[in-house]
Amino acid sequence: MNIIIVGCGKVGETLARQLDEEGNRVTVIDKSPRRVSALADASDVMGIVGNGAVYDVLREAGISNTHLLIAVTNSDELNILCCLVAAKSGSCRTIARVRNPEYNDEAAFFHERLGLAMTINPEFTAANEIARILRFPSAMKIDSFAKGRAELLKFKMPEKCPLEGMAVKDVVGRLHCDVLVCIVERGQEALIPNGDFRFEPRDIVSIVASPRNAAEFFRKINYRLNSVKSVMVVGGGRIGYYVSSLLSRSNIKVKLVEKDAERAKELDSKLPDVSVINADAVDHAALLEEGLADMDGFVSLTNIDEENILLSMYAKEVSRAKVVTKVNRLDFDSVISRLDLDSIIYPKNLTSDVIVRYVRAMKNTIGSNMETLYNVIKGKIEAAEFLITEKSPVVGKPLMELKFREHTLVAAITRGKKVIIPRGQDVIEPGDSVVIVTDLKAISDIKDILVK
Amino acid sequence: MNFAMIIYVLGWLLIFDGIFMTVPLMTAFVCREDAAAAFLLTMAVCLLPGMLIVSKKPRDKTLYARDGYVIVALSWIVMSLFGALPFVISGVLPSYADALFETVSGFTTTGATVIKDVEALPRSIIMWRSFTHWVGGMGVLVFLMAFIPLSGGQNMHIMKAESTGPSVNKLMPGVKTTALVLYTLYFLLTLVEFVMLLFGGMSVFEAVNTAFSTAGTGGFGFRNDSFASFSPYCQYVVAAFMLMFSISFSSYHFIIKRRFKAAFTLEVKVFLAVVIGVTAMITLNVRDMFPTLEECFRNVLFTVSSVISTTGFVTADFDLWPSFSKVLLVTIMFIGACAGSTGGGMKVSRIIIMVKGIGKELRQMVHPRQIRRITMDGTQVSHEVVRAVNVYMVSFVLVFVISLLLIVLLDETGLVTGFTAVAATINNIGPGLEAVGPTCNFAFFSMPSKLVLIFDMIAGRLELFPMLVLIHPATWKK
Repeated sequence: MNIIIVGCGKVGETLARQLDEEGNRVTVIDKSPRRVSALADASDVMGIVGNGAVYDVLREAGISNTHLLIAVTNSDELNILCCLVAAKSGSCRTIARVRNPEYNDEAAFFHERLGLAMTINPEFTAANEIARILRFPSAMKIDSFAKGRAELLKFKMPEKCPLEGMAVKDVVGRLHCDVLVCIVERGQEALIPNGDFRFEPRDIVSIVASPRNAAEFFRKINYRLNSVKSVMVVGGGRIGYYVSSLLSRSNIKVKLVEKDAERAKELDSKLPDVSVINADAVDHAALLEEGLADMDGFVSLTNIDEENILLSMYAKEVSRAKVVTKVNRLDFDSVISRLDLDSIIYPKNLTSDVIVRYVRAMKNTIGSNMETLYNVIKGKIEAAEFLITEKSPVVGKPLMELKFREHTLVAAITRGKKVIIPRGQDVIEPGDSVVIVTDLKAISDIKDILVK
Repeated sequence: MNFAMIIYVLGWLLIFDGIFMTVPLMTAFVCREDAAAAFLLTMAVCLLPGMLIVSKKPRDKTLYARDGYVIVALSWIVMSLFGALPFVISGVLPSYADALFETVSGFTTTGATVIKDVEALPRSIIMWRSFTHWVGGMGVLVFLMAFIPLSGGQNMHIMKAESTGPSVNKLMPGVKTTALVLYTLYFLLTLVEFVMLLFGGMSVFEAVNTAFSTAGTGGFGFRNDSFASFSPYCQYVVAAFMLMFSISFSSYHFIIKRRFKAAFTLEVKVFLAVVIGVTAMITLNVRDMFPTLEECFRNVLFTVSSVISTTGFVTADFDLWPSFSKVLLVTIMFIGACAGSTGGGMKVSRIIIMVKGIGKELRQMVHPRQIRRITMDGTQVSHEVVRAVNVYMVSFVLVFVISLLLIVLLDETGLVTGFTAVAATINNIGPGLEAVGPTCNFAFFSMPSKLVLIFDMIAGRLELFPMLVLIHPATWKK
């Protein structure tokens, strides 16, 4: 696939390398000749110096036969302009990094009216990730579908679990809980179970559910979620703001520590349910006074990586909190991972991950309607999200009447703002977005999952 | 230094060297010549160790800039060492040093020969000589990169070290694609020339050889009088193609893409202006030596194209021309072709940057506070490029002077012969003046002198730095 990346900062560079390694033909554009030539020398991409919103520059980069343009410069406005110019001068899809919170609610407008395929807000993405880690601290891995309304959660069966020996088809009836078992990993195997499959101890199970149902399900199977009830967030920047607002929305008590008095006041007025504390986080006494020792969660989000790491280490020492640390620089990840800090968040990596995931889906599906593609279990099982059109063969019949191929599962249906965890009698309608879990390789259209 | 990786690339190089033998081998079969055995043997000698090396991929595949330089320099040496074998085995050139000189002259597209009677050579050997030009013209490693599984950014260092010109850029994302595009253009242009020569009444064998030789801007001929006895039509065609192959291949790429502004760069314009200007001046200067104006113009155009493109075909003995013409010819020997072409010399763009640099410095002396930058085609030439050009110039003079001193010390050749012999080899042209003039050859040099000239040819083709990096002690220290 031909891809143009505008902006050779950290994210642009990470993206260029990764997309190039996955066999795409990447061209990068940046105003700085030094950065362009450094990147063009270090990896197999073509570099062009110039402003990516200028038609001539885009033409030189070959916009006419480009499939995707990704704008990740420092400026939101420039990114959006790049996408608009690119969309008008070629037939490519466009992704823009837009980080100003004021534009955050405009994502739908950008998508529908301006034709951007995706806007990505790195801080918001990071905040979402942090919030998920704190809500389900002991789940092993979480992916979200349907813009966060359905989640794919993976966990290891706890001891004395009511699921032991239970058949998959009985789960909903016995537990009175709307979840769908998607994948069971047993030893080296990864299976997509059918209704008669029975659980065994030490299975690793993945389920799809809405966040609320998931919490209920875990309670019923005696799985200790260790969901946090109180969190201290240090650093009231953009991520801090998003994390606090997300957590307080799921009824978690948040204390937000911000050094700057003005900013603290501003945050306080924006976040009514959060107690904002104006203190310097390096001041241990202040943190202890605000009850750090009794917190379940601790998130360090200052602008200085070293400070974040030290704060988290301190928090681990004085409390039993689940600790999340934000690190901006990608260079020392191997060192940091040895420090025994619970979770490390690299916002830049997250941004490029999201985009790479989109590119993979797009590549698998040029000309089809796949929205996203997740490698749920590396190389074995994939989850794909499809938009359903009127002509689709799956429309209008109850699921139990459709003949699916083996090891394929409809895991979730999103209709408007509602998420349906599908059962046999559910019917797919045009306009729905459907998540399919499958071990088939190279599905590119929803009809590929039916028996031919 | 990643030795495992260097050896690995050299292994691939040997395999390709072996595959290249199929071209002369076929010729030998078609013409039923005994030289076939020589090519078969060389093929085996190349393929066996090559296969052995390539069978195991090195685990660590990182290549840094210096590995790139070393790989390119060593590749050209190894390729020539093996490429010389057919000359020795077939008995055409009993001395290995002579054979090496001839092969290096071929791969570097110099065209300087040690063979007195070219017409007596087996046809397959003539084909091999021409084919080395074609292979060496665009660069073997660029060719290799289109095929061998080197990953990502690794090969940009190699491409940079082998391609000609002050700054090398990719035409498309991916070194592989770029290499493929370049070779496709190269192949197509060669094909067009071949067909046009067939229309001029050449035999297939002659047309193929001439096309290979012109495409690489090499200059090995197959007649003792080089090109004088061919028809005026063929001479015009070859002159035109020599000029075309001295223009950057990216220009053709842009023409196909209909981006004419990008195709006709300042470099191309200056190059054409120099060709026209010098042709006009020499034509006026030598008007009396030819019976008709057309013949005069044709011979001068052919000579100028041949010298500035650093090909080295000859239709007239320019050693007999007046000094003014000879000095002009020696001057354009040094200017050379455009960057990114198959031609040699210092490259027009380097000359432009240097001249603009002089202008900039002079202005700076008059207005010390004025900010001025060197620009070309509307974009700024970065400081690194200007610096590299200046360093290139100094290195060029140094290598030139040292080579000249060695040559006149080893063989008492006389100043003009020595000077033009070094100029003709380091700029990859072929013929020089006086004892190495258009009607003579390089056979009389002693073996040590030939080694010096061999070094000059490779250094000149690779634009000095890879060879200088190779012999610089810092490269080999940990």
